Amino acid sequence: MGIQEVAEVDRSLYDFKDDEKDFYRLQEGLTPDIVKQISEEKHDPQWMRDFRLQSLEIYNNTPVPDWGPSIDGLDMDHISSYVRANTNMKGSWEEVPEEIRNTFEKLGIPQAERESLAGVGAQYDSELVYHNVRAEVADQGVVYTDMESALTGEYADMVEEHFMKLVPPTDHKFAALHGAVWSGGSFVYVPKGVKVEIPLQSYFRLNAKGAGQFEHTLIIVDEGADLHFIEGCSAPKYNVANLHAGCVELYVRKNARLRYSTIENWSKNMYNLNTKRALVDENATMEWVSGSFGSHVSYLYPTTILRGDNSHCEFTGITFAGGGQNLDTGAKMIQLGKNTSSYINSKSISKDGGISTYRSSIEIRPTAKGAKSSVDCASLMLDDISRSDTIPAMDIRTGDADVGHEAKIGRISDEAVFYLMSRGISESEARAMIVSGFADTVSKELPLEYAAEMNNLIKLEMEGM
Amino acid sequence: MTTPLLKVEHLSTAIEEGELLHDVSLEIGEGETHVLMGPNGAGKSTFGNTLMGNPNYKVTGGRIWFDGEDITELSADKRAAKGLFLSFQNPLEVPGLSLEAFLRNAIRQRTGKPLKIFQFKKELEQTMELLQMDEAYADRDLNVGFSGGEKKKAEILQLLMLRPKLAILDETDSGLDVDAVRTVSQGIEEYQKKRGGALLVITHSTKILEALDVDYTHIIVKGRLVKTGDASLVDEINEHGFEQYLSAE
Repeated sequence: MGIQEVAEVDRSLYDFKDDEKDFYRLQEGLTPDIVKQISEEKHDPQWMRDFRLQSLEIYNNTPVPDWGPSIDGLDMDHISSYVRANTNMKGSWEEVPEEIRNTFEKLGIPQAERESLAGVGAQYDSELVYHNVRAEVADQGVVYTDMESALTGEYADMVEEHFMKLVPPTDHKFAALHGAVWSGGSFVYVPKGVKVEIPLQSYFRLNAKGAGQFEHTLIIVDEGADLHFIEGCSAPKYNVANLHAGCVELYVRKNARLRYSTIENWSKNMYNLNTKRALVDENATMEWVSGSFGSHVSYLYPTTILRGDNSHCEFTGITFAGGGQNLDTGAKMIQLGKNTSSYINSKSISKDGGISTYRSSIEIRPTAKGAKSSVDCASLMLDDISRSDTIPAMDIRTGDADVGHEAKIGRISDEAVFYLMSRGISESEARAMIVSGFADTVSKELPLEYAAEMNNLIKLEMEGM
Repeated sequence: MTTPLLKVEHLSTAIEEGELLHDVSLEIGEGETHVLMGPNGAGKSTFGNTLMGNPNYKVTGGRIWFDGEDITELSADKRAAKGLFLSFQNPLEVPGLSLEAFLRNAIRQRTGKPLKIFQFKKELEQTMELLQMDEAYADRDLNVGFSGGEKKKAEILQLLMLRPKLAILDETDSGLDVDAVRTVSQGIEEYQKKRGGALLVITHSTKILEALDVDYTHIIVKGRLVKTGDASLVDEINEHGFEQYLSAE
């Protein structure tokens, strides 16, 4: 991939044919009129309006993926692509309508902001309802704003230049859908040499029944800069399908470092078809920390393009699939630069018939002399009815690559449970301790309050075993 | 006569493949030290595991009484809460759970009271020093990557921190070098002499017994207790082995 391919994709945006029949078929749910309506609501610039319509066209002409978990339960005719609460974005929590504010209070967002965050964005359904960044961070020249303001603000050109260039609408059906109906999300720009000491966080809450959330996150960390960005997501449970097809595009410039942490706890009626991609320049570092606990079906494979020489990526992820969940997660590395290195550490847990699949792809292209890659994935099945699969792919096109892969699938050992019990620990607690221990390499990477939340989630899942 | 701390009455134990213990009876009084000896495969570990409540071993007959209560049906954690302890022959590794976090959790669950952190820290530090354990081990994952000697020291550390009334030591000295045996013995001595804890020492060597005052010795052969004697029986076995008990069978 890299530059050439991105340029190609860009051009292909304009190389499409109208297909009247498909338009007609989709009239019920998603039509050009609906997309135009969204565009109007959002006061898009002309290029964005065109982009949306082209994306819709691509969406109509792209088949549903047929290689992963079934998404037959997702009926796009019954997904509302745009739901807006009756408020506009506020800069202080007091101004946010009480009911919505209470929701975020319950999720602990305002408190976390006061204690440990440099800036917060909070999205409710399709639009951000709150956005704020600490004065000292803004004074450093850090831009942290909602995508809509970014489209028309000071950084409009930068947004236009980067928007959906890493994840073009032609990438897959849900990327195209995202291009057509995206709404909300965050834009972050960290200027050259600026180190943001404490994390920024966006929280996405999907409240509306049978709705989709399509937020777009675009982050540019300029040369020598440093940022930790945290993303959290949750939704209440409904008995109809909800859809999350967000898109995250990250640009990590020369000598820069970006850490992107996610704790995803969508409700179990959610189809989580999210696309995340990072482009990493010379000597820069990309770190992903990813916890997937919720959703009914997930397709999630953060992709990193190590374009620059000596660039580096680490992916640390955990997936917990309970009853009725089919979570297909992993990571993808594309190494182009010399002496690039990638490291994947993935853990998955399945219980109560949950299905957890680890899927990864490592590509070391001919230009990536001296490349290194190491993949370590471990799965833990808590009973006989759960499933765990590992699908690692590697495509190495150099002669001197240093590549390692280790995969383990196991169960909780009864002897280990007895061992802990012989010290006075109850059986359920012993099991929870073993599972938490298994997840430890991931929770260690999370900010403290998230690590605590993750351990609570595990404990909760383990109760009643 | 006072009630013994442990009273085993006509205990028989089986796994799927067949019976392992036959009609074993034994009593251990408070603060007493008993030694259980026998050739390989005689049922020594089975006996220790059955007393602790390992679900792999099914009690097919007899009862186990501890501190005046029938514990035959109790799960291992309940037995531990009553003051029973088993030092494992092969301690299990638990990745991601630090030795210290594990100990804190165990003490909290066993006592049902919140832990006094400062006191705990101090005691942990002192006990590790006694056992010549590098304090870095407190932060390491439980038994993961520990040498054989460090694993056994960690078992004795748990014994001293958890303060049981009766500790079963299953081959605690096996596979240890002379220095490690000496250190581990010091830990056991501390438990036995300073705290008055009762012991059931399962062993087939005698190195570990040198520093301990032994009250009774039992010989087990093919799942049956064939002889009980005093400390001198240890020396006799040392000299003549189990030969005469095997032929008596």
